[in-house]
Amino acid sequence: MENEPRIVHPYIPNSVPAVIEEMLKAVGASSVEDFYAEIPERLRLKRPLDLPKPLLSEVELVRHVEGLLEKNKSTREFLSFLGAGCWQHQIPAVCDEINSRGEFLTAYAGDPYEDHGRFQALFEYESMMGELLNMDVVNVPNYDGFQAAATALRMAARITGRGRVLVAATTNTDMLSKIRDYLAPDIQVELLPYRPADGLLDLAALKAQISEQDAAVFFENPSYLGFIETQAAEISALAHQHGALCVVSVDPISLGVINPPAEYGGDIVCGDIQPLGMHMNYGGGHGGFIASQDDPRIVMEFPSRLFGVAPTVVAGEYGFGDVAYERTSFAVREEGKEWVGTAAALWGITAGVYLALMGPQGMQELGQGIMQRLRYAMKKISEIPGVAVPFEKSHHFKEFVVNFDGTGQSVADINRSLLAKGIFGGKDLSRDFPKLGHSALFSVTEVHTQADIDRLVATLSEVVK
Amino acid sequence: MSIKIAKKPAIKRFHQAQWDEPVIFELSQPGQRGILLPEVEAGIREEVGDVAATLPDPLRRKIPPQLPEMSQIHVLRHYDRLSQENLGVDLNIDIGQGTCTMKYSPKVNDQLARSPKMSELHPLQDESTVQGILEIMYRLEQMLKEISGMDRFTLQPGAGSAAIYANVAMIRAYHAARGDAARDEVITTIFSHPSNAACAKTAGYKIITLYPNEDGYPDLLALKAAVSERTAALMITNPEDTGIYNPRIAEFVDMVHAAGGLCSYDQANLNGLLGIARAREAGFDLCHFNLHKTFSTPHGCGGPGAGASGVTEVLAPLLPRPTVEFDGQKYYLDFDRPHSVGKIRPWYGVAQNILKAYAWIMSLGADGLRQVSEIAVLNNNYLLNQVLKIRGASMPYAAGHRRIEQVRYSWEQLTGDTGVHSEEIGQRIVDYGMHYWTSHHPFVVPEPMTLEPTESYSKTDMDEYVATLKHIAEEAYTDPQIVHTAPHNSTVHHIEHECLDNPDEWAVTWRAYKRKLHSQK
Repeated sequence: MENEPRIVHPYIPNSVPAVIEEMLKAVGASSVEDFYAEIPERLRLKRPLDLPKPLLSEVELVRHVEGLLEKNKSTREFLSFLGAGCWQHQIPAVCDEINSRGEFLTAYAGDPYEDHGRFQALFEYESMMGELLNMDVVNVPNYDGFQAAATALRMAARITGRGRVLVAATTNTDMLSKIRDYLAPDIQVELLPYRPADGLLDLAALKAQISEQDAAVFFENPSYLGFIETQAAEISALAHQHGALCVVSVDPISLGVINPPAEYGGDIVCGDIQPLGMHMNYGGGHGGFIASQDDPRIVMEFPSRLFGVAPTVVAGEYGFGDVAYERTSFAVREEGKEWVGTAAALWGITAGVYLALMGPQGMQELGQGIMQRLRYAMKKISEIPGVAVPFEKSHHFKEFVVNFDGTGQSVADINRSLLAKGIFGGKDLSRDFPKLGHSALFSVTEVHTQADIDRLVATLSEVVK
Repeated sequence: MSIKIAKKPAIKRFHQAQWDEPVIFELSQPGQRGILLPEVEAGIREEVGDVAATLPDPLRRKIPPQLPEMSQIHVLRHYDRLSQENLGVDLNIDIGQGTCTMKYSPKVNDQLARSPKMSELHPLQDESTVQGILEIMYRLEQMLKEISGMDRFTLQPGAGSAAIYANVAMIRAYHAARGDAARDEVITTIFSHPSNAACAKTAGYKIITLYPNEDGYPDLLALKAAVSERTAALMITNPEDTGIYNPRIAEFVDMVHAAGGLCSYDQANLNGLLGIARAREAGFDLCHFNLHKTFSTPHGCGGPGAGASGVTEVLAPLLPRPTVEFDGQKYYLDFDRPHSVGKIRPWYGVAQNILKAYAWIMSLGADGLRQVSEIAVLNNNYLLNQVLKIRGASMPYAAGHRRIEQVRYSWEQLTGDTGVHSEEIGQRIVDYGMHYWTSHHPFVVPEPMTLEPTESYSKTDMDEYVATLKHIAEEAYTDPQIVHTAPHNSTVHHIEHECLDNPDEWAVTWRAYKRKLHSQK
């Protein structure tokens, strides 16, 4: 090994032996070992790393990785009704075109001068999200909707100086896990029960539970279980009566037809932008947003970067930069608000492209179409003997609960049968929501045709017979 | 007439793209469409009618969102133009973003990740249909274990700071499980990334920050004074952002262990140490890698990145759930982890970047990874040798010692001589199609500049970068005004940024800008 000349690797230009010699000479070193002189012998790894043999050519690498990927079956091959926080939507080709451009894909943390494009694209993202949400302040994306919710609640606690939050019990249990971990140790999380008949928040329970120690009331709208919280205005009014903030997590793609929380008293709004042009990527397509009105009391509590517009010395030029940078951990370390770091900026740019392509009419038509397809699916599935749609009477968006108690089969059984017919059935809720019995969460979006839904219904009917 | 074309000048005559592009709302043309949607079939419409119209009044949106209305080519053109007004690794000699390891992100890996067999996977699919991606995640974990010496990894964190936070969450859970509630302090150093301090603070800890001695790292006595029965953890980078390796790191770790604390290794600066030195041998309990730094996945204008947190066997039960396991036949997700800190993010990590990092390691192997580090370190020491020849530049701490993979330089002397500040040099270098970053705050190194040349840049690249820096330093001495007023050849000129700190004037959205402008009139 020692005597074999090393390969000049295409990713390592200076691995040419003559260049190595020349550079060593220039710095007066005999070998690269000289540079590691500070590392004590006992901390040195004295053997080569034990890693697989490299695949040096692209042909070998592609064959290997594609060989592994070949073992996957994607939602292009199977008919999928999975959602639960990660959704199949139409992704315009222009979204992929823009986020694949090397100028955006491989940039990072440049300043507003050499990276003007990134600043403008993200300012425009914030601005279009602002129109969707009817709010004046939207952050540069943080990691995902879970982080956005957890941070929004921490913001509410700082703003109110209070140490407890009330969270709807229908909240995504994984998100709730994140929230509990993130609010520890100083902020308590208490759950608000829902009405078994329609899933909506139990207002009487909220009235009984809420007090002057609560920083926020939190709910998702549409909820994780798909129904739309139609008492939203009453909930926010109750929160406000007790000096608490109303924090709402929304699916941004619903806002072409559903009113944004700003219209029913939401103070801090959060969510995930994956639906706005991001591939599911096995869960790798998430980005979080947090929004509020332009109240400095709230704005100064955002941990994320906020890009703002400013004049330059030349008339007619838009300059961009960080708004109130001194809030951030970049500026003042632990004295900042939580922390900020690499998160999901490219997805912010992509969501901007998506919203610009969709326009007002596109967002409206999209929301209408999803609601129609979903209601059609709910109606047809509820007609299958033994199968029920427990919250059928509520308004829904994109997701709904299907109960199989009357079939004598578990969701796992049913999904196994569906899988055998090339269908990914809904997410099994029996672990996260045991009260719902043998239930699953099915998702329908604009990618589903009537034939797709009819096929699901026909297959389900057969499976539960 | 001669056809002879003169040789190019030594310093590039660059001009950044300047499309004078309006804000996107100004491009709106009423009625235009950028994309159409699949039509809802008559069979559905007849069955259910206009469902959205049945929403109760307070929930029904009456005025559609005031988004721009644009045809497809106009959206494309606008964003293509904005992209041209941006510099990434693909375009520039990106050695100026120290600490961030701006290495080449191989195109073949991006291409592999765009396969629908990756991009169109839903995270809840039956495990039998995702064996390929699970195997990739499992294999990457085995590789990272070998590279670090740690016993288990989670690939769930969304990026580096999220991995730091995951480590803090596990530290907290570890002490809580032992009933050791009095530990409420985390020790870090000023040259470790601010997120070490900020994540620990968010999780409820008091922060003690150690400052460097003349060798560039905190001395053992400073640590000794800080460590106590209240110490939950030491969270430290090594080499720190100065590129100086702390040779007494194992003693630091031992001292914290002796007091009952844990030690967490921020390995954002791993790029010079692959196959050279590992977290395990130095005694760390936790570490983290940034897959978008050392392991080449693209930086994406600030994410999505991918983080990986590694722990010893003792801490492994605390890892976020689920973990990826292999039973000898099939790969599966293990949710049954009662001691887990829970979820750090939705699902299992930034899977497409996990794939890219895996492919990168597979394309290099053990020898290649070591070569990456050796050349990254050689490049850095070559670069610093050249930079220090520039009038007004210096390298604080540990004089005469080598550096690992980056250096935090100082222009203090140049500023004293000319009145030109480091930020201004950073704005001037934009005029030559390059970039550099000063430092995290506070500026412990006065007038800082942090350069990290990685393994991706050639000697010629570094010579060009240094020649440009030297040229600007000369400008500072001879014609400081041209530096003070930079940039001159960029997309925009000097930004009057005072409004960004004034609540009456700042505007984070176009609607806020229009509203505030109106109220000024």
